Amino acid sequence: MASAAKRLEAVPGMPAPQIAFDGVTLVLGGKTIIENLSLGVRPGEFLCIVGASGCGKTTALRLAAGLYQPTNGKVNFDGQPMGEPRREIAIVFQDYGKALLPWRTAAGNVSLALEAGGMPSAERPARIEELLRTVGLPGHAGKYPSEMSGGMQQRLQIARCLAQEPKTLLMDEPFGALDAMTRQGLQDEVLSLVAASGATVIFVTHDLDEAIYLGDRVIGLLPHPGRIGIELSVNLPRPRDQLSTREHPEFLRLRRQLFDFIKATEQ
Amino acid sequence: MTGNSAKSLILPFAVLAAFEVWARATHLQSDSLAPPSEIVMALFGAFADLSILAATRDTLFSAFAGLAIGTIIGLALGIAFGIFDTLNRLMEVTVEAIRPIPSIALLPIALIALGFGYRMEIVIVAFACVWPILILSRAAVRSIEPRLMEVARALRLPPAQRVWKIIIPAALPRIFVAFRLSAGIALIVAVTVEIAINPLGLGAGIMLAQQALRPDLMLAYLVWIGAIGYALNVLLVVAQNRLFGRAALSGDGA
Repeated sequence: MASAAKRLEAVPGMPAPQIAFDGVTLVLGGKTIIENLSLGVRPGEFLCIVGASGCGKTTALRLAAGLYQPTNGKVNFDGQPMGEPRREIAIVFQDYGKALLPWRTAAGNVSLALEAGGMPSAERPARIEELLRTVGLPGHAGKYPSEMSGGMQQRLQIARCLAQEPKTLLMDEPFGALDAMTRQGLQDEVLSLVAASGATVIFVTHDLDEAIYLGDRVIGLLPHPGRIGIELSVNLPRPRDQLSTREHPEFLRLRRQLFDFIKATEQ
Repeated sequence: MTGNSAKSLILPFAVLAAFEVWARATHLQSDSLAPPSEIVMALFGAFADLSILAATRDTLFSAFAGLAIGTIIGLALGIAFGIFDTLNRLMEVTVEAIRPIPSIALLPIALIALGFGYRMEIVIVAFACVWPILILSRAAVRSIEPRLMEVARALRLPPAQRVWKIIIPAALPRIFVAFRLSAGIALIVAVTVEIAINPLGLGAGIMLAQQALRPDLMLAYLVWIGAIGYALNVLLVVAQNRLFGRAALSGDGA
């Protein structure tokens, strides 16, 4: 139980965790959602959290975002108490349709993050164009979210998050509502975006293959109340590849281990 | 569409024609009824001597001024109550105690305080318009998608920008519906005040025609007020579709 955070600190030369959960318990409405969760995420690490539904994985992400405050324990960011949400932490919600402003165009939605950051209006258009190009939406600046497909809307939300220039990117089942092909394409794009920006990522998903494919480390939560049940290091070569990575013996071994874990938690 | 609206006109025109025939056949003599042809002639007459235009100007001035003041007050209170739950609970009893007072019941007080004229009428119209705007904009703010408020928090939008860039645009389609409702109320209340006491505008015009035993002119005023109300609503519906067609589709439908 004296888990991840301490173990990480013990390794010489390993940087201090960027996000650290220290004995975090969250009680909402008399119900313990998360109990005594300790966990550290190194700068630049890609951490995936999986678990059966209702295990508190989304809640853990919201604690990391500062959208919830722990009942007990501490959440630290760069060694300081988390408190309210911060500019350095961006969150990509699963329900892109609700998270985008329907009355603003794609450019307007990206602009919101720049406006919040106080960027002068003269500098915004160039930055917006650059961000839309980065997520593969050049030429869609004038479209409204309702005129875009699900995959495009999620790209747009990612662009808005990148506009924050986040140190940490929190992603809550971002591809859960997308079809398989779109999902695979976006997985690879997120990997290359993250590799380019060096951001730390906490990625919540219920798709075990996706977790192993993307992550440096995968944590499986046990439900009622949410706590860490399994922790796997993913030592697969990068850059990852949809075919060869998924056929790698190590991938298959981890997949087996994770499936067995989830199966056991569901009984 | 045009076929349908043409069909929907058949019945009213048939009724009018039958009434015209009946009135002529019986040589109708009445203080309250007049055949349609005479009503139309009276309306032309009132336009010719500009009396109805002056009355329209007076009524619309009072109605719009009251609507504007009522909208500003109602919107400010509604948004504040929608955002700050504590404030809302503090004010709830007060609001619910004042709201049921019929605006016309304020007439005697307003008359003593402000006398005849525009000011008294504007105040009463504003009072009537505040409530629908307040109640509906409060509900609109409360029903904003919570995810949008989380996005605002995560982006660290300052409070003023949260109101201006998230809350107002998100609530605007529903606030506009409240505005349409209040525009209708404004016209009704303005004319009512004029009929009851204020010697101005279309309501006073009706009363004058009645006292002059001119049912044709009285009914001409009535037709004209109906036309104004209808035109106002059409105008606002068109504006609503123009402004919020997209938002209404993507926002309320989901």
